[in-house]
Amino acid sequence: MSNKDFVLSVEGLTVSFDGFKAVDDLSFYVEEGEIRVIIGPNGAGKTTVLDLICGRTKSTEGSIKFRGKDLSKMTEHEIVHAGVGRKFQNPSVYEDLTVFENFELSFPRGRSVFGALGFQRDAEVLKAIEETAEMVFLQEHLGMQADLLSHGQKQWLEIGMLLIQQPSLLMLDEPVAGMSVAERKKTAELLLKITKDRSVIVIEHDMNFVADIADRVTVLHQGKVLSEGSMDHVQKDPKVIEVYLGH
Amino acid sequence: MTNSSSQRLLTPKEIGSYAFLALILLVVLPMSMDVFRLNLVGKYLSYTFVAMSLVLCWGYGGILSLGQGIFFGLGGYCMAMFLKLEASSPENTAIQSTPGIPDFMDWNQLTALPWFWEPFNNLGLTLLAVVLVPGLFAFVIALAMFKRRVGGVYFAIITQAVAAILTILIVGSQGMTGGINGITDLRTLLGWDIRTDDAKFILYFVCVLFLFASLLLCQFILKSKLGRLLVAVRDTEERVRFSGYNVDNFKIFIFTFAAMLSAIGGALFTLQVGFMSPSFVGIVPSIEMVIFCAVGGRLSLLGAVYGALAVNFAKTTLSEAIPELWLFALGGMFIAVVSIFPNGLMGLYNTYISAPVNRFYHGAVRFINKDKPVETLSEPLSEPESESTLGAK
Repeated sequence: MSNKDFVLSVEGLTVSFDGFKAVDDLSFYVEEGEIRVIIGPNGAGKTTVLDLICGRTKSTEGSIKFRGKDLSKMTEHEIVHAGVGRKFQNPSVYEDLTVFENFELSFPRGRSVFGALGFQRDAEVLKAIEETAEMVFLQEHLGMQADLLSHGQKQWLEIGMLLIQQPSLLMLDEPVAGMSVAERKKTAELLLKITKDRSVIVIEHDMNFVADIADRVTVLHQGKVLSEGSMDHVQKDPKVIEVYLGH
Repeated sequence: MTNSSSQRLLTPKEIGSYAFLALILLVVLPMSMDVFRLNLVGKYLSYTFVAMSLVLCWGYGGILSLGQGIFFGLGGYCMAMFLKLEASSPENTAIQSTPGIPDFMDWNQLTALPWFWEPFNNLGLTLLAVVLVPGLFAFVIALAMFKRRVGGVYFAIITQAVAAILTILIVGSQGMTGGINGITDLRTLLGWDIRTDDAKFILYFVCVLFLFASLLLCQFILKSKLGRLLVAVRDTEERVRFSGYNVDNFKIFIFTFAAMLSAIGGALFTLQVGFMSPSFVGIVPSIEMVIFCAVGGRLSLLGAVYGALAVNFAKTTLSEAIPELWLFALGGMFIAVVSIFPNGLMGLYNTYISAPVNRFYHGAVRFINKDKPVETLSEPLSEPESESTLGAK
């Protein structure tokens, strides 16, 4: 097995909910520094695949290897510690806390009970928070309570909360959903900037956005890979046009 | 600078609030009440520990426990067992068929002290047990539940069931626990008679001392990153997991800590009231404890203290005047808190007293300084909001 070349190798992944196979014998590989976009019609199993990788759902069969570690046997926080970050479809931030505190809780230190009790806001933390806030366009809003942010800003905040953890694999579930055109453009630039030293898996429906960012595209349909390759390649694939793009 | 104020253990405003409470408890009440009434306040104060513990685990952590009476009771029973053994010296119990064991054991034909009573001959071990027995019990419950991801309403029901089970167990094993009567006729603590007025007066101050120590400890927890994590877990548990935290451990910690705090209250209750019985362990007292916390304001430690004092004061007053009415009043209070003022007395205070006073104060300052630039005034305005915003949910 030449798993070494891949950051993530998913092989024979299957999950069945009461006999319904949401993901069915799925295999795909993500390389270092790659932006992989997963597209597909509703119910194709896109979000379930991310759930499986980050440990939210346990697989029925198959393996998920991340840098040689089998994620399917690890708990959610262990997977995060290994270097996998996950953004949810609906922006999931700590709404009762400020933007600053959202970043602070995401900073990868003091993650045990007593670590959290003794946690200090030192220069390192402040620096990381400032840098991250600037990257995700929120430097002006650090003192604001998170539920007062706009929808697009919440999306950025959640991306920032992942970035501050320095993950080597970033998984984004519909990062531009509900964003204005201008915000989409900024987000695309942001993604291109942050993928310099990490791999990214993105689920997205917006084809223009996908064409802007994707290195390779995987099309899912009924829990299986329908087509895989460059954006051009999948757009010309008759099977893809039939089930997804054609409509 | 944005967040420097929340890093401090006590802001100037909080120091003022604590000093005000200290003034009431240490000066006003002792000077204006006879020992009988002061002892009653001391009894109410022992409930404030439970109310505080619920602020931590329910208000902040989102873990509703309908069984805090378990831990209050266990702490109280541990203390009572020590005092009972001291009161049951062979001289005091010479008329029993087995002298030297507690009277209720003798009545139940026990002829030797059960093994689990032995450690309670020693005050040091007893004080350890007051904290560790309820702590360990809470830890086991929390471990079993939270590792299986049982939470919310299901957890609340389980704590309630445990409270019921424990009561049945205590009542059922009369020979070893004193049954429905509890452990009564407690007399001395290392030879010091706790029934005298002097002792009650001193014990009141001991209780206040423990109260402030606990308040500061809770304040420290809430001001640490752990406090903010509890809020995060309450609102978006999933996100916390995927920020790399083992959420289960945090819930286990705060539930266990809350249990230990309640137990300290229980032990102080026994010392001041002079007995312990299953009527402080079961479902009804546990729910009353939740009401203390809810009435005071479940997001405020000081609110919980005032809530416990206010509800208990109302209970005593009303029970003395019209005993039948108390349960209706209690139910009415709960409905009012849930539907009209969900953040309790402290929420009312913040909305109707603190905020207008602040506005008036800043308005006055601005009026006096109206020739000077305004930007120096804008900063302190934002501070009082930090507490009330947490109650938005």
